[in-house]
Amino acid sequence: MIKVLNAGIYCSVQDLGRLGMAKIGVPRAGAMDQFSAKMGNILLKNGQKDAVIEITFGQGRFEFTSDTFICITGGDFSPKVNTFPVKLNKVYPVKKDDFLSFGRRKYGARSYLCVQGGIQSEVILKSRSFYGGITKQRLLKGDELSIPKAKLYPEGFSKVKVFYEHYENNQLDCYPGAEYNLLTNKQKQGFQKLFTISGDNNRMGYRLEEAVQNDLPSILTSSVLPGTIQLTPSGKLIVLMRDAQVTGGYPRVLQLTDYAISRLSQKLTGEQIRFVLH
Amino acid sequence: MKKYKLTYKPFGESAILIEWPSEIDIAIMEDIVSFEKLIAKEQKVLDTIIAYNSLTIVYKKWDNYSRYYKYKNLYDRTVEKLKELYLKEREVKSNNSHKIWEIPVCYDLCFGLDLEELAIQKKLSVEEIIQLHSEATYSIYFIGFQPGFLYLGGLHEKLHTPRRSTPRLRVEKGTLGIGGVQTGVYPQNSAGGWNLIGKSPVQFFEVSKSNPCFAKAGDQIRFVPIDLESYNKIDEEVKKGNYKPKFSKS
Repeated sequence: MIKVLNAGIYCSVQDLGRLGMAKIGVPRAGAMDQFSAKMGNILLKNGQKDAVIEITFGQGRFEFTSDTFICITGGDFSPKVNTFPVKLNKVYPVKKDDFLSFGRRKYGARSYLCVQGGIQSEVILKSRSFYGGITKQRLLKGDELSIPKAKLYPEGFSKVKVFYEHYENNQLDCYPGAEYNLLTNKQKQGFQKLFTISGDNNRMGYRLEEAVQNDLPSILTSSVLPGTIQLTPSGKLIVLMRDAQVTGGYPRVLQLTDYAISRLSQKLTGEQIRFVLH
Repeated sequence: MKKYKLTYKPFGESAILIEWPSEIDIAIMEDIVSFEKLIAKEQKVLDTIIAYNSLTIVYKKWDNYSRYYKYKNLYDRTVEKLKELYLKEREVKSNNSHKIWEIPVCYDLCFGLDLEELAIQKKLSVEEIIQLHSEATYSIYFIGFQPGFLYLGGLHEKLHTPRRSTPRLRVEKGTLGIGGVQTGVYPQNSAGGWNLIGKSPVQFFEVSKSNPCFAKAGDQIRFVPIDLESYNKIDEEVKKGNYKPKFSKS
């Protein structure tokens, strides 16, 4: 088991999300930075869909009540097992009664605690991903999560170099959205500038500070996906993230690639991003 | 069944957006619902999203990063297949029978917090509002916004009412409201800006069930007025897990 001693600012259990139920209004959810969550699972030789703990802005503290192997990926918030600093993207054995804690931020916004065999929280509607209204909203102090019994980890401990570009590069690849072609050339050029992430950013979406010229009418409510960029009447953009609702009424101007969603989810309020249209 | 001129657009790396003419129309909705059924049967899809005039099909990821040309090729091939399917559907006899759900609603003023204000605004009596609202049959166009939130068409013009200027911070699950040309039930506790007219004890989204939402796009709904006593009775049955929403077939 893993015991939550301090749930920090926002921790939740996430896998790759809930698919197949958008028709009844169920959002996909899933790890914000799936690139990092998958990497942790691969290093542990888990399945890619195994559940991990997503720790937003550090500060979490966890106790292991059984032996396992762990791998921390994503943002670096100086993780330590007991008093021993652990590297990102490297598999470590942990023993019963070990503690894992997070400290000073070095880079990124979200860290992933991946364990051998994956977190065994309840599967609800085919996924373990937390989403308020379907599962509990977030982890709280005192919560206990079961993990599989430790298995011998095959030969040596894998690690990979941290891919710093994931955190430092501010370019986000995207495709034209459904309503992109309703924009004039001048309006389209407006998307080439730098955009600043506003304080209003969470698992549902990131609002951006800068406005672009907008005279598009709203659309008949239609589908949106994680990574859809909506143009609001004020000209400001909302980038929908993993917990986005399944439908929306604002014009969809751009669509991030799946990898770009992961990259954006490691950026903080005030950081600047640039859209690269393909 | 009438065939529409559809447009196909890529929706990111692994989804296709299919669009019908931009209007709210029952015939369009029925075409979308039957096309969705056919695609889900014939193709390997991860997810589908239905809306007023669109259908989004989510496929397994075609491409990892931006090897654009390979992706473009797969996209084109998939669209060709969808176009063929849409024509094929023309030959399939459409199955028009659908369910009409009977949803008990208590229009008591203790739930219908905005009924009296609405009556004054509309120059109608509260009873007339309840009658106009409960004698209509509503079509479910799609489910979105929240799990189990039904987008219903068919609200009487006299009842069209703009959303409240200040949304309420908390509207209880089951509450029935009117917002603009729409009416519907809040499937979970949430903030909400609609004018509240009643409450249903029926659960529109139950995670414990393998099919969490009994209704689906293409079905219809009738609101059946009940008194507070029946509300409490049904509410108890719902809490015990003994209540099943009733329906008739069209």
